Amino acid sequence: MRKVQRMFSKLGAGCINKLWRLGAGARLFWLTLISSGESFRRFRLTVREVYFTGVLSLIIILVSAFFVGMVLALQGYHTLQKYGSSEAIGVLVALALVRELGPVVTALLFAGRAGTAITAEIGLMKATEQLSAMEMMAVSPIARVVAPRFWAGVIAMPILATLFTMVGILGGYLVAVPLIGVDAGAFWSQMQANVDWQYDILNGVLKSIVFGVACTMIALFEGYDAPPTAEGVSRATTRTVVTSSLAVLGLDFVLTSFMIAV
Amino acid sequence: MERTTIDLWVGIFVAMGFAALLSLAMKVGNLTTSDVGDTYMVTANFENIGGLKPRAPVKSAGVVVGRVGDIRFDAKTYEAVVSLNIDKRYNFPKDTFANIYTAGLLGEQYVGLEAGGDESNLQNGDKITQTQDAVVLEKLIGQFLYNKATEGDDKTVKAAASTESGAHALDASPLDNIGK
Repeated sequence: MRKVQRMFSKLGAGCINKLWRLGAGARLFWLTLISSGESFRRFRLTVREVYFTGVLSLIIILVSAFFVGMVLALQGYHTLQKYGSSEAIGVLVALALVRELGPVVTALLFAGRAGTAITAEIGLMKATEQLSAMEMMAVSPIARVVAPRFWAGVIAMPILATLFTMVGILGGYLVAVPLIGVDAGAFWSQMQANVDWQYDILNGVLKSIVFGVACTMIALFEGYDAPPTAEGVSRATTRTVVTSSLAVLGLDFVLTSFMIAV
Repeated sequence: MERTTIDLWVGIFVAMGFAALLSLAMKVGNLTTSDVGDTYMVTANFENIGGLKPRAPVKSAGVVVGRVGDIRFDAKTYEAVVSLNIDKRYNFPKDTFANIYTAGLLGEQYVGLEAGGDESNLQNGDKITQTQDAVVLEKLIGQFLYNKATEGDDKTVKAAASTESGAHALDASPLDNIGK
């Protein structure tokens, strides 16, 4: 009887904790939005964060994009040539990258590369009481620390995703045309005939903006909410990657179902 | 890190992003070829549109001249009303013929326009009266089987007739031979 009682109270506590964290996250999101004036007035703060989250993520994003594109072309060719339509390889590579892989893989890599850095930085700032010190000096840590990082992530993510898509298509081109020997004209013309500017490309960019908001906000919240200990910061960093990845994949399904339906 | 270096790198980063978006639009997408600007709309009624979808191409002589706008169902005539957005640069005579074709054996369906000989051209909001429906594969196969079956019946009748006469001939000849 006591065991059952304990089980239920554990479940209840877990639910309340999750709900509390969701509410706290939403509250932080709202506070970030209303106090983000400073990150635009002093745009240099945001630019600095764009450098750390965006520019420094370029290498990993571009290299993995190149390999993703090359593998897509190889695998796609293998299957398509069975049906005698190997010149459709350009469409396959482009649509897969523009619609799905570009935004999603970029967001996953971004969560691992930049999200963890944000969480660790803010968590450590909290652990060393820098955030409290700011509040003591009447400087809002949300306006000064959180909001610039948020906007930097929102700006950097679509740019990274677009670059990922472009470099991925180049990788696919390199494998399909010089290596396998698909006709270059068919590769590009089939691609251009079947990829739509608004329906495919703009929707992909829209996805990456949403992922940028989600990933950055999760990283910021985990850092802001981390227990101010070494262990707490390390756990928060892990949670950032797990939660961001799950959020990206879940959001991707929801967004895709809306975009396909329209 | 130096302030200006950061500015420089972020500037390069953002410029690269825009360049990638631009090249996606131009090289990968169909922004250059799509009819963003001026179109005029004509409608056409079809009894059966098969698998025609909105945004399917409208071609004439194989060249894309427009896109299918929306497809509605007319509950009075029980026909599909397809609106076609055609590029303003191309004018078609009033008696233009609209067909629904299939690209390749299993490809997507598109509307093919065949220009007629009328003096006056189609205007915005006009209706194309001469249309031909999509070929529905099941119907085609059904028709083929029906034709084959009727043909087969004719043949068996003829064959039976010929064998009968042949049998008579056979019946007759050996006896005759024996008689002789």
